[in-house]
Amino acid sequence: MARMKFLCDSDRCIECNACVTACKNEHEVPWGINRRRVVTINDGKPGERSISMACMHCTDAPCAAVCPVSCFYTTADAIVLHDKDLCIGCGYCFYACPFGAPQYPRVGNFGGRGKMDKCTYCAGGPQADNTLVEYTQYGANRIAEGKLPLCAEMCSTKALLAGDSDMIATIYRERVQKRGYGSGAWGWRTAYRETLGA
Amino acid sequence: MRTTLALLAMLAATPVLAQPASTQPAGPSATQAPQQQPPHPGAPEVQAPVPEAGAGRGAPGAGQVPATTEPGRTTPAQQPVAPQQPAAAAPTPAPAQPAPAPFGDRGQPDAAELELMATLRGERISGRISIPNQTAANLIQPAGRSWREYHNVTLAWVGGIAVLGMLAILAVFYFTRGRIRMEHGYSGRTITRFNILERANHWMVASCFIILGLSGLNLTFGRHLLLPIIGPEAFTALSTWGKLAHNFLAFPFTLGIVVMLLLWAKDNIPNKLDIVWFRMGGGLVGKGHPPAGRFNAGQKMVFWMTVIGGGLVAASGYLLVFPFTVTNIEGQQWAHMAHSLISVLMIAGILAHIYIGSLGMEHAFDAMGSGQVDINWARDHHSLWVEEELAKARATVAKGAKAAGAD
Ligand code: HEM
Ligand code: SF4
Ligand code: SF4
Repeated sequence: MARMKFLCDSDRCIECNACVTACKNEHEVPWGINRRRVVTINDGKPGERSISMACMHCTDAPCAAVCPVSCFYTTADAIVLHDKDLCIGCGYCFYACPFGAPQYPRVGNFGGRGKMDKCTYCAGGPQADNTLVEYTQYGANRIAEGKLPLCAEMCSTKALLAGDSDMIATIYRERVQKRGYGSGAWGWRTAYRETLGA
Repeated sequence: MRTTLALLAMLAATPVLAQPASTQPAGPSATQAPQQQPPHPGAPEVQAPVPEAGAGRGAPGAGQVPATTEPGRTTPAQQPVAPQQPAAAAPTPAPAQPAPAPFGDRGQPDAAELELMATLRGERISGRISIPNQTAANLIQPAGRSWREYHNVTLAWVGGIAVLGMLAILAVFYFTRGRIRMEHGYSGRTITRFNILERANHWMVASCFIILGLSGLNLTFGRHLLLPIIGPEAFTALSTWGKLAHNFLAFPFTLGIVVMLLLWAKDNIPNKLDIVWFRMGGGLVGKGHPPAGRFNAGQKMVFWMTVIGGGLVAASGYLLVFPFTVTNIEGQQWAHMAHSLISVLMIAGILAHIYIGSLGMEHAFDAMGSGQVDINWARDHHSLWVEEELAKARATVAKGAKAAGAD
């Protein structure tokens, strides 16, 4: 089985936010929830870089470790998913997640934050694949259709890569070698205790 | 070893042979053709590590290296290409180019270094974001892992030891010391210890505390203790109710703490008698009853623990109930850590309080139950307070009036 990961080549990312838009559109994600976002560091300064970030589907995922109702599970492709029917919206996964991936439909309201929502790697949830219930709760299940996440698929500069770890790492290494520079795989050290390109 | 050295020497001398070197993460000096311009000082950190994998495909020999499209970004990997080009007619590009313009981001640490630095310094990597949610501007917050460690390990151990340890101590105490009996029996005459407002407030705080405590502990231990027994659906239903109760009972709890402070603070100011009380073991371990006013030193400790601890727990709790309104992710994590740590310690403390107010001491419960205590009990435990109350009562009796039953 594959070990699915994301890799954002920040030397290619032009902060067009198309991945964000594609994600919102594909899954009909409501207002206020951003499963994917683009952060620009060193904005306007030397070393400016834009990085598209979503759930990294961590190894030994912190969110799963702290969830008081243990509603997370990991698929055979190492995609970290959760069961919204079990989530109590406590917000703990957000405190533990290094990437700010978990999102909540409401903020405040006496702690009633609603069920947590996050990037599913376009793999839906525990409901039967590609059913209406699954779509309403988790969005599209492209993985079940044999497709990769839409954000990466439609990235115009191919900055955002999704796929099996070894494959995307190889693609990235080749790029770095060809052009001679690369700022590394953002989040990989934190999510997988693994680094690339250095 | 000697062959390696010889090879390196050859590599340095003959640029043609430098090509294989690009497949190894060798330093720039090894691949640098002698006649070429040295790269910008900021460059080597990024250029040096040429990854091993996929080296074949990206090899300079492919001849398609877009070295000229980005003049500022010529690299050692590309530079040795020039002398190797078979079409020697083309001018070698590298020497013809001016020195690479200082290219700001090339001296920057890469992602892995930044993440390591942020982890070690307890910082976050954040930037600018174009959506309204500014919390999302944090790209990576490695502290999440420490928070996880706290929640899953530290809190579980501290909480477990505090609560179970206190229960064990109380059990040992009960079985060795036994229930503290009334030495002189019931006199049949009672005195009002707590009025209706004091009792109502106490029980409001107490019932809120118990539910807050149980629903809180459920978040810490429930998934290990309850979830396997009742199953995920029932456990989620229970936890949802627990969370709702936790969030709403916070308000009467806080109100009760404030009222408690107003009602009882004046009788809980520490004084010299408290030292005597401690020296005599509070009448719990030693013999005899130390003199005490309305509250003895032990009760004062419970009072201040409840008011100060409860205040801190409430303050941190409200930060959690209204997440990110006052503080950021770091503040939220601290608020949670303070909240849960003080809470479990308070739960341990209150367990002792519950014990002494019910099982541990005869007649103690009535003080907060009916509000009336027997005068003998009051004389034993709160001698000075009884004197005061009686003096007050005498002072209010009209001159010449006879005490009830005096004739
Ligand atoms: C007065 C106001 C209080 C407020 C506003 C408050 C609020 C909160 C909130 C928002 C949480 C996070 C989980 C959730 O959303 O349910 C929480 C957790 C918790 N609270 Fe409270 N709480 C209060 C009082 C108390 C008291 C009195 C206790 C103990 C007796 C307590 C014990 C706990 C514990 C143990 C946790 C969970 C720790 C963990 O496992 O992460 N809380 N509280
Ligand atoms: S990125 Fe966050 S939400 Fe995703 S698996 Fe890791 S800890 Fe969980
Ligand atoms: S918000 Fe939901 S998924 Fe996240 S830790 Fe709480 S219960 Fe688990």
